[in-house]
Amino acid sequence: MTSTMTRPRAEARPGRGGFGRLLHAEWTKFRTVRGWTLSTVGAVLIICLVGLLATAPASESHPNGSSALPVGPDGEAVNDNFYFVHQQLRGDGTLSVSVSSLTGVVSTGPTDSKAGLAPWAKAGIIVKDSLDQGSAYAAMMVTGAHGVRMQYNYRHDRAGRSGAATQESPRWLRLRRSGDTLTGYQSADGSRWTEVGHAHLPGLSATPQVGLFVTSPSVKEGTGTGTGFAPAVATGSFDEVSLGGRWTDGSWQRGQVGRDAGTSGSYTQDNKGGATVSGSGFRVTGAGDIAPVVAGPATSGVRTIENFLVGAFAGLIIMAVVGAGYITVEYRRGMIGVTLAASPRRGRVLVAKALVMGSVAFAVGLVAAAVMVPFGGVRSKANGFPVLTVPTATELRVVVGTGLLLAVASVFALGVGTILRRSAVAITLVVVGMVLPYLLAAASVLPDGASEWLLRVTPAAGFAVQQSVERYDQVVTVYAPSSGYFPLAPWAGFAVLCAYAAASFGAAVVLLRRRDV
Amino acid sequence: MKAPDVPEGRMTRAGRAEWTKLRTDASNGWLTLGMIALTVAVGAAVAMTSRCDATGCAGDPARLSLTGVMVGQVVVAVVAALMVGNEYSTGMMHTTLTAMPRRLTVLCSKSAVLSAVTLVAGAVSVLGSLLIGRLVQPGRGFTEQHGFAALSLTDAPTLRAAVGSVCYLVLIGLLSLGIALVVRSSATAVGIVLALLFVFPILAQVVADPDWQRHLRQISPMTAGLAVQTTVGVDDLPIGPWQGLGVVALWAAGAMAAGGWLLSSRDA
Repeated sequence: MTSTMTRPRAEARPGRGGFGRLLHAEWTKFRTVRGWTLSTVGAVLIICLVGLLATAPASESHPNGSSALPVGPDGEAVNDNFYFVHQQLRGDGTLSVSVSSLTGVVSTGPTDSKAGLAPWAKAGIIVKDSLDQGSAYAAMMVTGAHGVRMQYNYRHDRAGRSGAATQESPRWLRLRRSGDTLTGYQSADGSRWTEVGHAHLPGLSATPQVGLFVTSPSVKEGTGTGTGFAPAVATGSFDEVSLGGRWTDGSWQRGQVGRDAGTSGSYTQDNKGGATVSGSGFRVTGAGDIAPVVAGPATSGVRTIENFLVGAFAGLIIMAVVGAGYITVEYRRGMIGVTLAASPRRGRVLVAKALVMGSVAFAVGLVAAAVMVPFGGVRSKANGFPVLTVPTATELRVVVGTGLLLAVASVFALGVGTILRRSAVAITLVVVGMVLPYLLAAASVLPDGASEWLLRVTPAAGFAVQQSVERYDQVVTVYAPSSGYFPLAPWAGFAVLCAYAAASFGAAVVLLRRRDV
Repeated sequence: MKAPDVPEGRMTRAGRAEWTKLRTDASNGWLTLGMIALTVAVGAAVAMTSRCDATGCAGDPARLSLTGVMVGQVVVAVVAALMVGNEYSTGMMHTTLTAMPRRLTVLCSKSAVLSAVTLVAGAVSVLGSLLIGRLVQPGRGFTEQHGFAALSLTDAPTLRAAVGSVCYLVLIGLLSLGIALVVRSSATAVGIVLALLFVFPILAQVVADPDWQRHLRQISPMTAGLAVQTTVGVDDLPIGPWQGLGVVALWAAGAMAAGGWLLSSRDA
């Protein structure tokens, strides 16, 4: 492919054809070494093969079963499980309520439980497109420890007044629909209202489900051996439920949205969801969450797309061997003398090599990832493991990022190989620099703090570009390398790797110019 | 050097030749020193960052202070691969095989010299790491109150961890030597050894099925081999400490057998 791209350039501009011809010469060198072409094809196959192992069928039925996770409006997997007291209401209108308490029960064993409330337990009012999981919504709520919030479409979270709701100082919540826009208000007394935020829900049904909800994710608890999550339920007391605008009172229906509590919590033997009428309102008990699914101990049976790309480590080692060998073999065979005699501008020789090597490695990563991401997903689902759906843009970033990862790693190896002129040591430096920190961090050999620093300052930071899972402030999990969260944002981590590659490549150019062959 | 009065045994001469080759390549000295320094430094860094806050914390002091072996093994693998790869790339192999036509003698002498060097360097780095752990860890919460005695070789599991780690390093060296004899290139050999060591544990992390996960950990040279370092929660290991070392020994034996067979059957 590269040859068809470079050849016309060399012929079309004979005056400036120097670099085109150089590129062509380097491509010919690469293409005609059988070991390198075989390694390139082998790298694609190995990335796919190792990735397939990661989707191996379960020998026993997994607790999470084959249930697919619902997908939210933005294309990401979500939890959408809560107890709902609702009615279908047409047109524009307002719903107001006061929440006078939010309490919870955490189960500590199969039969034991204690009082306790998840920080992100939620009790409030919601306008939801339909009762289907993953449908669009906007909600105003009181939370366990984060005050009043307005949340919509799973990912979005806006803070209102802080503090807990109590009998003495209840929290008043209001949602107003006007076309596709929902506005959330809060109040301390039910008469003076302040806006918390508004949500635009394009295409919201003319007759959405409107009502009261309670849900509670499981509670994170530190134990001697690590972090555990205990199932929890929450109970909220609602008073002064009132409808306004064109919304008029019908009969309230009750029910659980989602079969059980999803990946974020669960009911126990003693604690089931339910609602009872009390005075002018309701007492509602529920568990689950209305939030994006995040990776972590609670979702151990759920696959992420980067799981299918684990073979990239093997592919990376192969491309590092080829990348380092691409230059060191010239030293060993004395070919470098011929190369530099033919094109005395040494920096350009190295740039041509980097372009050829980088393009080949990019193609390897791109092809393998483009095959493995969809194929791994299909196979994983078939084998009973749900896959964490991510937006298409994220998927694209992971696939292209895998190609870029291999490209930059191979250029890094080429640079180090030029500096050291010994491929074995160069390969070791590159592979150990990239793979060992990742291994130490992901296997939780080191404490979390040390792991995070390793993934910030070593070339292994580049693997962040493969991270498909996102962080959300409103979802509690273990945001650590062991659950797939890199300390740096995807492109920032990749930039760290690029900096290493650029530094080694720069040093290589300088040394190649200064040194005798 | 005095000329030997009695003619030396074939093995001794071959061994001396290999030792001379290894000793006179300056980079090997640096690599060996680097291996000791890296192992001790990484172990010290881990010992100084890990901590134990309560009784029953998940830490394993011996294993933590020996984390550097994971880095040290890589240097051992490089030295071993260069021992063979350099001879092939420079054409020295012809000379070696002309001088010692019995190829198994070459194989034995190379592995004996490599093992001896690794044994010494490994012992120094393992003892150094444990010593630092012994000095640092009580200050990081690994105290009597939390159920940890200071690291000491008189403690049977710690002794096992120390001896096992040194054996592990020797076996990794032999594994790398065998692979280098098969592929006849130090670069490819290093690539294969690193892939064997690192890809298994990463794969085991992401495999969805717990049984697959356990089996991968049992056959992975690094995970199985380093089980020998565990002093806390030995029952939870996917494979027993000595059995794990046995797995590495099998890998090394397989590589050496393949390398030896190819060395004696192939033209140099």
